[in-house]
Amino acid sequence: MSMTRECDMALLTQADFDGELDAVQAAEAERHRAGCAICQAALAELQQVRQRIRQDAPYHRAPDRLRQAVAARLATATAAAPPARRAPAGRWGRSIASFGVGAALAASLMLVILSPGRDSTLDQVVASHLRSLQPGHLEDVVSTDQHTVKPWFDGRIDFAPPVKDFAAAGFPLEGGRLDYVDNRPVAAMVYGRDKHLINLFVWPAQGAADRAPRTTQRDGYNVVDWIEGGMALWAVSDVESGQLGEFVRLWRNGG
Amino acid sequence: MMAGMAPVSESFEQVAVPHLDAAYNLARWLMRGADEAEDVVQEAMVRALTYFPSFRGDNARGWILQIVRNTAYASMKLNRGAALVPIDDEESGLQLVDPGDDPEATLLRSEDRQTIEHLLARLPVELREVLVLREIEELSYKEVAAIAGVPIGTVMSRLWRARRLLADGANVEARRTG
Repeated sequence: MSMTRECDMALLTQADFDGELDAVQAAEAERHRAGCAICQAALAELQQVRQRIRQDAPYHRAPDRLRQAVAARLATATAAAPPARRAPAGRWGRSIASFGVGAALAASLMLVILSPGRDSTLDQVVASHLRSLQPGHLEDVVSTDQHTVKPWFDGRIDFAPPVKDFAAAGFPLEGGRLDYVDNRPVAAMVYGRDKHLINLFVWPAQGAADRAPRTTQRDGYNVVDWIEGGMALWAVSDVESGQLGEFVRLWRNGG
Repeated sequence: MMAGMAPVSESFEQVAVPHLDAAYNLARWLMRGADEAEDVVQEAMVRALTYFPSFRGDNARGWILQIVRNTAYASMKLNRGAALVPIDDEESGLQLVDPGDDPEATLLRSEDRQTIEHLLARLPVELREVLVLREIEELSYKEVAAIAGVPIGTVMSRLWRARRLLADGANVEARRTG
């Protein structure tokens, strides 16, 4: 068995090596290293690893084929429709299939998105909820901490959505993402309920007065929408309406 | 349709296309296979276009890489669930080789690209990504943390573990071939 030793200052040595310390901290790290054989050895090793990687690990540049494919897809995506209403088609459709989405989900998504005349806000939030169930579309910030999710929205959206967590009541916050409803960016927060998901969409209500929750159904999904504190809120889920109602009550009462 | 979309597309391309190399490099290191990496980049760029109206424009490369990273993870999660075994960030991994070991034996002997690629590929993906972002993209802890969606402290401990594993691996390779 080889002898190993530890030093509590190892990460300080590493941060110094990575140029992450200010002058005072760097001086402290250097002072420590002067009397610590472990950190001296660590620094030498960090230098060797970096040298190896930067000399020998290839930087993979995008092949021309990929540049052309990306340009073509962006042209198609831009010409076809506003981003939030784009339908799966062509290569996009194939890549969804390759990511393993069930045909049933893809078909219901197509129905909701493509059916003519279904342009109400209700239809859009249900379509967004369905779209969010696709792989990789659920959350952009995965965090159960409202203090992480809230600042994530700052700088990505021109309003400050209220972010609350109800993990103790069985509705844990799982993350947030940007979405589009009525051609404007909206905040979408994702909550778990057992194995099910609730999407809560939030955007400014443009001066509308508070309105009590209204429960509707669309395509087998329960939807509750209300206006509160200048924000329009829409909760969408396949959980039963009683549970969704409980979630809405929790939201309105606390957090 | 939406005539107003064209200017958005122009500026999106101005913002995003310069980072296509970085996007592909990250995808290539995460996904390993060239075809999978190209698919991930294509999907990520379409997603980026969707989110572009709300992009505030301070760090385009970080923004693109974050979307590439999330797209790559989504793909790996579905196609190869086993590739995404969560790592335990609590384990400190702060053991160090005894400084008495011959430092020449650690890394310098089998210096070929095959070996370093091989060693990097064997790292758990969460460790590989922080190492690639720090050493190959040369990003700061803060930028790496934003892309990987973890606190800076986690970036530091993952980087440390990744570098330790790489150094140990090089050690083993050197002994086997030397």
